[in-house]
Amino acid sequence: MKDGFRQSMAWLHTWSGLLVGWVLFMVFAAGTASYFKDEITFWMKPELHAISHGSVAQAVAAENAAAYLNRNAGNAARWFITLPTAREPAVGVLSIKPPPPAGSPPAERRRGFDRAALDPATGQAITAPRETRGGEFFYRLHFDLHYMPALWARWIVGFCAMFMLVAIVSGIVTHKRIFKDFFTFRPKKGQRSWLDAHNVTAVLALPYHAMITYTGLVTLMFMYMPWGPQVAYKAHGGTDTFFAEAIPGGLRTQIKPSGTKAALAPLAPMVAQATAHWDGAPVGRIVVHQPNDANAVVSITRAEGRHLSYEQPSMQFNGTTGALIGTFGDVPKAAAETRGVLYGLHIGRFADPLLRALFFVSGLAGCLMVATGLLLWAVKERQKYAKALKQGGRIGFGLRLVDGLNLGAIAGLPVAMAAFFWANRLLPVDVVGRNEAEIRWFFIVWGATAVLGLLRPTLRMWQAQLALGALLFALLPVLNAFTGPAALTVSLRSGPSSVAGFDLVAIALGLGLAGAAWLVERKRRKALAAPRKAVKPPPPTELTASAAAGQGS
Amino acid sequence: MILILQVFPLPLSHEFPNDLARRPALVVSAGVRYRMSVASRAVAAIAGGYGVAALSAAVLALGLPALFDMARSEAALTGTLVSFLVYAVAVMWVFAARSAWRAWTGLAIAAALQGLLLLLWTQGAGGAA
Repeated sequence: MKDGFRQSMAWLHTWSGLLVGWVLFMVFAAGTASYFKDEITFWMKPELHAISHGSVAQAVAAENAAAYLNRNAGNAARWFITLPTAREPAVGVLSIKPPPPAGSPPAERRRGFDRAALDPATGQAITAPRETRGGEFFYRLHFDLHYMPALWARWIVGFCAMFMLVAIVSGIVTHKRIFKDFFTFRPKKGQRSWLDAHNVTAVLALPYHAMITYTGLVTLMFMYMPWGPQVAYKAHGGTDTFFAEAIPGGLRTQIKPSGTKAALAPLAPMVAQATAHWDGAPVGRIVVHQPNDANAVVSITRAEGRHLSYEQPSMQFNGTTGALIGTFGDVPKAAAETRGVLYGLHIGRFADPLLRALFFVSGLAGCLMVATGLLLWAVKERQKYAKALKQGGRIGFGLRLVDGLNLGAIAGLPVAMAAFFWANRLLPVDVVGRNEAEIRWFFIVWGATAVLGLLRPTLRMWQAQLALGALLFALLPVLNAFTGPAALTVSLRSGPSSVAGFDLVAIALGLGLAGAAWLVERKRRKALAAPRKAVKPPPPTELTASAAAGQGS
Repeated sequence: MILILQVFPLPLSHEFPNDLARRPALVVSAGVRYRMSVASRAVAAIAGGYGVAALSAAVLALGLPALFDMARSEAALTGTLVSFLVYAVAVMWVFAARSAWRAWTGLAIAAALQGLLLLLWTQGAGGAA
């Protein structure tokens, strides 16, 4: 490509990073937020803040959920019951409707499920909270994007993730002085400072970045790379057999209905038996296949936590007699466990609050790495126009496009995310299609910032959008105080601690964005002062030298 | 991909701004050749790299049980997990190779070798079963 291996890797790093950087920034930001998606959802339902949930025995909660589902979804194809945890006090239930008769329009097939949150003590649906997607929106945005079929979105995100993996590996190869670079920061040196900032944010959390990119691909690997199982199982029962062998007792289990009605056996003894089998570890999820059918099967999965792996051991029971069918995953196989651990690392549900916070900070470092990388490209490219600009010329279309997209993606996204939270509290509680309305506000605001950024990609605009984001985030606790029962002064003293945590993080993000806006202000002042000083020709060596140093460092 | 390459002025077109004014014909054709080479490599990296990675997943899924007596599901998982790293290395090879032709040739050799192994094992397995 270019002379030398490192030079061509630097080229590859620059271009593969640029082309997918904007999508990656959003994926990183949404993914980072998703570490606390339960807490975000809780914050976005202020009606729940004043209610304190006493702990309810798991067997009781399971029985209550089954009773609710029997009343409301007795003929469903499957029930999913997620038992409460410390982070999510409500019971989550989801029922999948039986498949529609063949030949029905596709619109009917799509929304084939019902979801509800139940009070574990009473088994009644919690209807008080406002309708909101909450943190789930960021979680889905992270890999399903929005306003497009999920399948396309996953291929797009996977494509970008693969680029990212290439950018990371080639980035490592580019830096032979990786440890020295980590301790190098040359502030106020223009391009060098951006390069150092990019290196520091990248190297600081490098294990995290490499892990999160690779494990991200692993989470959807059967979709991206189905060929191994397909070839290996072609003559051995197809991929269904593969999943049954590789991940026994997993969610892909399919049970056909017999057509004969039979009452579902009580869940409480099964929950008790499973917990006893796992040395007292709590139950996480209960799946009832074909409830109230003679073929019913109850699958009980251990709660996450304590183990890195995403795949938890599970037990299956006969749904009509309550007899144990089998236990799965008690002694996982090596490769299956490897995949489970990689998957688990990506979603980080095993982590206690402190480790989760560390993941969150690493995710923020990832956002900064992508952002500084994108800006570094623009700064380097601008130098090529230095002479033309001085003679009153204009920058090229590509650079202008990158400038605008950088502005809309990097400065605009925080504004949009904050706007999502503001919409959550300011939209009327009973407006129709409320959760979609919140999401619409997110995209309206992001679209507006992107359009403004593309129209006027100036330092003034950077400053305005960063300052707006800072203001919106920093004032979220104030908004919370006026629109919910748990203001920061209350939540810090008597909980709920997750609401206090959300408010504190919002203030921190606001301060961070304000700091960025302040940096831009200084740069703008300098740029304004520069032309007056630059009557004499500036020393040319610095520019060319740093341009030559470029990626080579 | 090619569209994107058209939008962004690639580095070479900036490297000799003065030459561009003096000898337009020659430099433009060099620029076009450069762009074609980058486009060719991009296709090789994205499509060719995926092909090589997919083959590696299949080869490992069939080969590990044959060679190391690994369980079939374990081999299929291992192959899939490794294939993403193969993809990354293949992309790096494509852009590190001295010319676009060498890049394609390297991919073709890797694909042919793996295809041969695949053929061998599928036939072998078919014969045994």
